[in-house]
Amino acid sequence: MGKEIEQTFERKFDKVNSIVDKHERKVSNLIAILQEIQGEYRYLPEEVLMYVATTLGISPATVNGVATFYTQFSMKPKGKYVIKVCDGTACHVRHSEKLRYLVRDKLGLDDSKDTTDDMRFTLETVSCIGACGLAPVVTVNDDKVYGQMTPEALSIVLDQLIAEERSEGAAEKQAGRVDQGSVGNGQAHEPDGGKGCQCC
Amino acid sequence: MSMLLESRKDVERIAERVCKGLEQQKVRAMVCAGTGCLANGSLKVYEKLRELVAEKGLLVDLDMTEDACGGAHDSDKANCNTNASCEVDSTHGAESVPENGIGIEKSGCHGFCQMGPLVRIEPHGILYVSVKPEDVEEIVEETLIKGKAVTRLLYQDSSSETAVKTEDSIPFYKRQHRVVLANCGKINPEDIREAVAIGGYHAIAKALDEMTPTEVAELISASGLRGRGGAGFPTGRKWGFAQAAKSDKKYVICNGDEGDPGAFMDRSVMEGDPHKVLEGLMIAAYAIGADEGFIYVRAEYPVAVARLEKAVREAREYGLLGQNILGSDFSFDITIKEGAGAFVCGEETALISSIEGRRGMPSPRPPYPAAKGLFGKPTIINNVETLSNLPTIVLNGPSWFKENGTETSPGTKTFALAGQVVNTGLVEVPMGFPLRDLVFEVGGGTRTGKPFKAVQIGGPSGGCLAKDQLDVALDYESLRKVGAMVGSGGIVVMDEDTCMVEVARFFMQFAQNESCGKCVPCREGTKQMLALLTKITDGEGTMEDLELLEELALAVKDGALCGLGKTAPNPVLTTLKYFRSEYEAHILEKRCPAGVCQALKVYAIDPDKCRGCTLCAKACPVGAISGERKKPHSIDAEKCIKCNTCVEKCRFGAIIKK
Repeated sequence: MGKEIEQTFERKFDKVNSIVDKHERKVSNLIAILQEIQGEYRYLPEEVLMYVATTLGISPATVNGVATFYTQFSMKPKGKYVIKVCDGTACHVRHSEKLRYLVRDKLGLDDSKDTTDDMRFTLETVSCIGACGLAPVVTVNDDKVYGQMTPEALSIVLDQLIAEERSEGAAEKQAGRVDQGSVGNGQAHEPDGGKGCQCC
Repeated sequence: MSMLLESRKDVERIAERVCKGLEQQKVRAMVCAGTGCLANGSLKVYEKLRELVAEKGLLVDLDMTEDACGGAHDSDKANCNTNASCEVDSTHGAESVPENGIGIEKSGCHGFCQMGPLVRIEPHGILYVSVKPEDVEEIVEETLIKGKAVTRLLYQDSSSETAVKTEDSIPFYKRQHRVVLANCGKINPEDIREAVAIGGYHAIAKALDEMTPTEVAELISASGLRGRGGAGFPTGRKWGFAQAAKSDKKYVICNGDEGDPGAFMDRSVMEGDPHKVLEGLMIAAYAIGADEGFIYVRAEYPVAVARLEKAVREAREYGLLGQNILGSDFSFDITIKEGAGAFVCGEETALISSIEGRRGMPSPRPPYPAAKGLFGKPTIINNVETLSNLPTIVLNGPSWFKENGTETSPGTKTFALAGQVVNTGLVEVPMGFPLRDLVFEVGGGTRTGKPFKAVQIGGPSGGCLAKDQLDVALDYESLRKVGAMVGSGGIVVMDEDTCMVEVARFFMQFAQNESCGKCVPCREGTKQMLALLTKITDGEGTMEDLELLEELALAVKDGALCGLGKTAPNPVLTTLKYFRSEYEAHILEKRCPAGVCQALKVYAIDPDKCRGCTLCAKACPVGAISGERKKPHSIDAEKCIKCNTCVEKCRFGAIIKK
C-alpha cells in the first residue's frame, strides 16, 4: 500500500522531476526551473513548489519567496490566452490605458479579477516589452505582437479570439489565421501613404 | 569539428572566405526581423521573397558546411562556395550557382521600427518601408533583378515631399553615427559566419594574440569608455578592481536586464548583433582573468534570448568559446540566464542574487562585486552597450574612440526614441548631441502636430525636461546638471496632451511596484510619494502636500539602499522643478491643464448638440449652468462641482467632459 502511494506520488511529479534534473538539480537554477514548470502548468501550483523545495533540499519559504518575488510567476491558474497590454512609458503616453479598459469591458474583468471564469482569458499589464517604436502594444500569449493598436483594432482581435473559442473543434485550424500584425496596422487602419499610422 | 578555429589566422582566413562566398550574392535583401518588424509581419515578407526568388532559380544561400569548405582551418582545400539552396538544388543541381545570385536574409533591428517591415537592398543601399507580402513580386522584378527602385515603397520625406531612396539620406538616419549598431540590420544575426566576415571576433583574436590582459584593461581605460547602463562609471577603472582582486575564480556578467520602460536599445543589439555582445564579454573576461560568464536577459525579450543562445552554441562549435580559445591559454564559456520580471535586477547586486537563484534583492556596497560578487567571487558586470563598444575600441584604438563625443563622455550612445514623436526607433549619436536636434531633426518633432511639452530621459530613474532645457547636450555631466540622467537611454517625447503630474505618478507607481521592500526609505517612501501624487491628481492635494512631497523625495534620494530607490524620486523632483505650475493648477485651481486627470475633468456643453431645453440648468445643484431657452447653454467651470447630474439629465448627449 505504502509503495503504491509512493509510486503515484512519483508519477505525479514525473514531469517536475525531469525539469529539475534537466537543470542539474542546482539551487542556482531555481528561477529557470520555476519558469519551465510554469510553462508546463501555466502557473505554479503550491504542491509543486513544495515538491521542488523538498527535492532540492531547500526550505519551502525560499522557493515561495522566489516564486512571489518575480512578476513572471503566477500562483493562480492563468487563462488559455494571456493578453498583455504594455504600459511602458511610450505606450502610456500613447494612451494604452484605453486598451486595458477595452479588454476589461469586453471580457468582464476588473481590478480584483484578471481571468475569465471559463479560464479562457487572462488580462495582464506589463511594464515594457521593448517594442516602444510600435506603441501602444498588445501581445497575446507572447508570440503574437500587435503594434500601433487602437481600441477598434484590438476589438477585432478580441472578437476573433472569442469566436475561435466558440467554434472549439475548429479552434486549432483557425488559430493560424489570426496573423501577426494583420490587424495592428493592416486591415483595421491603413498606414497613411506609407508614412505609418497617423490615426492612433 | 572541422569548424574549429585555432588561431588568429584562422579567424582572418574564414572571414575572407565567407566574404568571397557572400560575393556570390550579387544582390542581397535584408528583411528586418527585430521585434518591431516581426510584429508588423516581416516574416511573411521574408518567406515570400525567398519563394519568388527561388522559383526563378536565383536564390543563393551561404553554405559552408564541411563538404562545401573542406574544413575551415584547412586553407589548401579552400573551396568555400556559396551553394544554391535546396530549392535551386532540385532544379539545377548542386553545382550550379547562378551568375546573378540573390541572397535573402533576415537581419536584426534597423532601428526605424515604426516604418516596418523594413527591407534593405544591397549593394544599392535602397531602403523599403512598410513592405507587405503583396509588394514582394514588384521588389523581385524591379529591384532585385533590374536594379531599379520602386518609388512607392521608399520612405516619403514629409518635409520635402519626396521619396528618399537610400537609408543614409533619410533624415532619421542622416545625423546618426553608428558604432554599436553598425552591423544591426546588415548581417544575419543567426549566422556566426556573417558576423566573422564583417569583423566579428577579430578583436578578441587580436587581444589574445598580441596583448596581455593588463594591456587590454589599460587600452580601455585610455579610451575613457564609461558604463552605458546608467551611472557612467569608467569601465577601465571598474576592471582594475577585479583585476587586482586575488581569487581562484572570477566571473564576468553582461547586464541585459533592460527594465526601463521606454528603452529597447540593448534588446536591439542582442537581437541584431549577438556575437558582438559575446565578443565584448570575452574581452572583459580576458582582461580581468575570468573563465566563466553570464548574460542576464529579461524574459520579456524572447527573440533576444533565442538569438543569444544560438550565438553561444555557434561560438562553441567554432571553438570561440571553450578551452584554449584560438590556441591561447584563455578558456572561457558563457551561460544565458533569463530574468523573471523584476526591474530591480538591473542593479548589480540584485542581479547577482537573481543569477544565484534567489530573490533579486540588492545588498549594501561595499563590498563591491569587483571584490566579492557572484558566488562570493570577484565579478565584473557590464551593460550590453558597454560590452558592444569593446571590440571596436580594441581594433581601432582609444584615440579613434575619442574622436566622437565630449572630453568627459567619449564615444557614441544609443537612444531609444519613442512617445509622441514622428520617427520612433533606435538612434545612435555621438555623446554630447543636442537634445533639441534629437527630438526635432532625427525624431521629426511631435507626431500629433500639437506643441512639444516635455521629454523624459532615462526611464524611472531619469527626469522630465521642458522646452527650456532642450538645448542640453546628451552626455553624463550635462544631463546630471539638469536633474536627469543618461540612464539606459530611453527618450520619450511628450506633447501638450500629457499631464506631467500624472507622468510623475505613473513613474512612482512603477517604482512602488518594483521596490523590492528591503530598505525602508524606498519601500515606504515610494508608497507615500505615490499616495501624495494620487491625491494631487485626484484634485485633493494641498500646497503643504507639495512641500511634503519634495521633502520626502529628497529623503528617499539620500536614504535608499540601491540605485532604484535613490533615483526613483527623479521624475518627481524634475517635474516639480520644471512643471511646478501644473502641480499648482491641480491643487489651487482643481484643474488638469492637459485634461488627463479624470477627477479634474472639466464639464462643458457642445453648442451643436444642445437644444436649450434648460433641463440641465434646472437640475444643476449649484446653478453653474446658464443660457437662454432654445439656445445653447454653457457651464461656469468655477461653479461646477462635477457631480455629473447634468450628464445624466441631458437627453442629447450635449454635455462633454474634457
